[in-house]
Amino acid sequence: MLRFALQRLLSLAISLVVASLVIFFVIEVIPGDPAAYMLGMNAQPETVAALRRELGLDAGQMARYLTWVGGMLVGDFGTSYTYRVPVSDLVLARLGVSLPLTLYALLLSTAIAFPVGLIAAARRGSRLDAGIMGATQLGIAIPNFWFAMLLVLVFAISLQWFSAGGFPGWDRGFWINIKALTLPAVALALPQASILARVMRSAVIETLGQDYIRTARAKGLSQRQSVLRHALRNALIPVLTIIGLQFAFLLAGAIIIENVFFLPGLGRLIFQAITQRDLIVVESVVMLLVFAVILVTFLVDLAYAAADPRLRRRGA
Amino acid sequence: MLRRLKIGLAVLALVATPALAQRTDISVGMVLEPPNLDPTSGAAAAIREVTYSNIFEGLTRFGPDGSILPGLAHGWDVSDDGLTYTFPLREGVQFHDGTPFSAEDVVFSLERARAEDSTNAQKQLFAAIETVTALDPLTVEVTLSQPQGAFLFNMAWGDAVIMSPASVASNATNPVGSGAFRFLRWVQGDRLELERNPDYWGEAPALERATFRFISDPSAAFAAMMAGDVDAFPNFPAPESLAQFEADPRFNVIVGSTEGETILSMNHQNPALADIRVRQAISHAINRQDIIDGAMFGYGTPIGSHFAPHHPDYLDLTANSPHDPEAARALLAEAGQEGLTLRLMLPPPTYARRGGEIVAAQLRAVGIATEITNLEWAQWLEQVFRGHDFDLTIISHTEPMDIGIYARDEYYFQYDSADMKAIMAELEVTSDPEARTALLHRAQRHIAEDFVVAFLFQLAKTGVANADIEGLWENAPVPANDLTGVRWAR
Repeated sequence: MLRFALQRLLSLAISLVVASLVIFFVIEVIPGDPAAYMLGMNAQPETVAALRRELGLDAGQMARYLTWVGGMLVGDFGTSYTYRVPVSDLVLARLGVSLPLTLYALLLSTAIAFPVGLIAAARRGSRLDAGIMGATQLGIAIPNFWFAMLLVLVFAISLQWFSAGGFPGWDRGFWINIKALTLPAVALALPQASILARVMRSAVIETLGQDYIRTARAKGLSQRQSVLRHALRNALIPVLTIIGLQFAFLLAGAIIIENVFFLPGLGRLIFQAITQRDLIVVESVVMLLVFAVILVTFLVDLAYAAADPRLRRRGA
Repeated sequence: MLRRLKIGLAVLALVATPALAQRTDISVGMVLEPPNLDPTSGAAAAIREVTYSNIFEGLTRFGPDGSILPGLAHGWDVSDDGLTYTFPLREGVQFHDGTPFSAEDVVFSLERARAEDSTNAQKQLFAAIETVTALDPLTVEVTLSQPQGAFLFNMAWGDAVIMSPASVASNATNPVGSGAFRFLRWVQGDRLELERNPDYWGEAPALERATFRFISDPSAAFAAMMAGDVDAFPNFPAPESLAQFEADPRFNVIVGSTEGETILSMNHQNPALADIRVRQAISHAINRQDIIDGAMFGYGTPIGSHFAPHHPDYLDLTANSPHDPEAARALLAEAGQEGLTLRLMLPPPTYARRGGEIVAAQLRAVGIATEITNLEWAQWLEQVFRGHDFDLTIISHTEPMDIGIYARDEYYFQYDSADMKAIMAELEVTSDPEARTALLHRAQRHIAEDFVVAFLFQLAKTGVANADIEGLWENAPVPANDLTGVRWAR
């Protein structure tokens, strides 16, 4: 197990270095100058030059790359060009929205998908199964921003149970924020739950055809017992993979939902930073996301090993 | 039972009372979030929409109608030669951090704005200043290198506000000004809060607290207004839903004018566009009202030159370039430019993207093909504005009184006219109001008759507010949400 983990850690480190190179130099070639953007159409060339100097943009690319990477190693992500505050402060504040939202949405989606997928698999071919399959197809097909707008229309404008969006901030208490994140989390969870339920169903069905299930049934376990004790555990690998992918996707990919509910999340931060050519923010946030994805993949790998002892042995 | 009823009633009364009293807080929606809060180092309109007049003040200030009012100077005295301005300053003014305001702060702020390493986005406002001297703690004297008719106007811009040397370094994130509101907190990405400044030198504002909320998505803005999360949205991003607000008695739709002259700009370096006949043909091909109706849902005023219709010196020159496809085709034939293809570069705002499609169709009708490219702002600034790599673009020039751009060297459309330069140079040194009017009329006519660009329309300011709110600015002489005069009527 330890060697397995070490191997994974090494590939994680290499991925990070490659990612940092790609991110930095790809973003640098995008046309557009942050100083020119900030000063607008009336600024004089020497003013733009003065601001470039102030922001440290007049240094060479390689020098800036090394400063950036060196800073990150000691936990300094630099200072945002436009906001003029440390990037880490910006990111931490946005993570305070994006992380809870992601976890909330994942919690909802697994809470829905697990039982639904299991029931559909156990009752394969029944009318209930067909109904579930139809509903999840619909859940995947419905664009989530449209669903989000529908939720706003019903629960915020008509019923006025929720506000139409915004995020009060954690200093205002726990439940008020959970409430503010509820509609967005539901909107995010719907398509994810649909995907997850379908994956769950097919994974369980596949394991149900295996010899060990027949053996379990033969030794006298009921259908229900054999599904819960044997099929579920073996079906978990593909399901875990999907959950890992969904986590990474939701963390930064919730931008459309963030826009509909005007939540100050990571997705909007990146979007805004790209528009304003706040390159250092874009680079650092993308880097952070790469790190998060790699980390999650690493954790999922470990979780595989926990779920399936054979993988541990194969790694060793 | 009776006692319980009494308690119930008392509780009800307690709950009900605040609802009956006038509200003293307001939540204002904004499409874009300010990148930082220092109006002297950045051009973003959103910085001014939060800070102008609320947090920071200048020597002079704009009134809602665009007139110049006294600010931190309670008046001014101009020498006969127009070269020396003496500003008597208000007494008992202090910055939000308690630092007293004095003539030294004015000297500091103006010197900083015009310094060699200044990062002021409108540095040209200060170009005429020769010296700034504190005569005594409450008097400042500014001398100019040449008379400047627009000096008091320039000093009213958000870029010319007075800051204290003690707090200037941190104004980007923690602005300290002298205004009627002081900065409370900023939850980046979500909202920014101001509270009433109890030590304000002037009349105390009716509002105790103001929250700016940043909502860029048009449908989210609509939902936020409808759900009551936001009380006012002075620049509402979805003109298509204004009719719905108009029909709803809970809301007021506020339509005013901005300083944004929206033009179909042309690159004079393109040989075809250097020919006045081609430029005139394009101007005749354009149907302004169709663009206003199609792109802006009817909000906007047609213009025939680069001047704001609400300005007293405005001349209506739209008749100079009426919609006339026949004339356009004839002019193109005369210039030998049938089958002309031009690249049309569009920045992100709606007026450009939606307007661009309509302009392209109108040009096609007279035989000009266009290749449309949509650009982000940063790309537009780099490629079109700085790189001059374009044929046509649609852009709103939002600075007040900016007809002078047609006299600038190497400005992005690269118009070069000795006559126009002479007019603007004369205007620069003219203070007599009548002479200024005559010059401004000449300038408007000159660029209209030279068909420098195709003048489309004056950008409207379309806002929505709760019907009980009074005192919001109808027009936008500068980008601002001046809340000092805003109150709840009920």
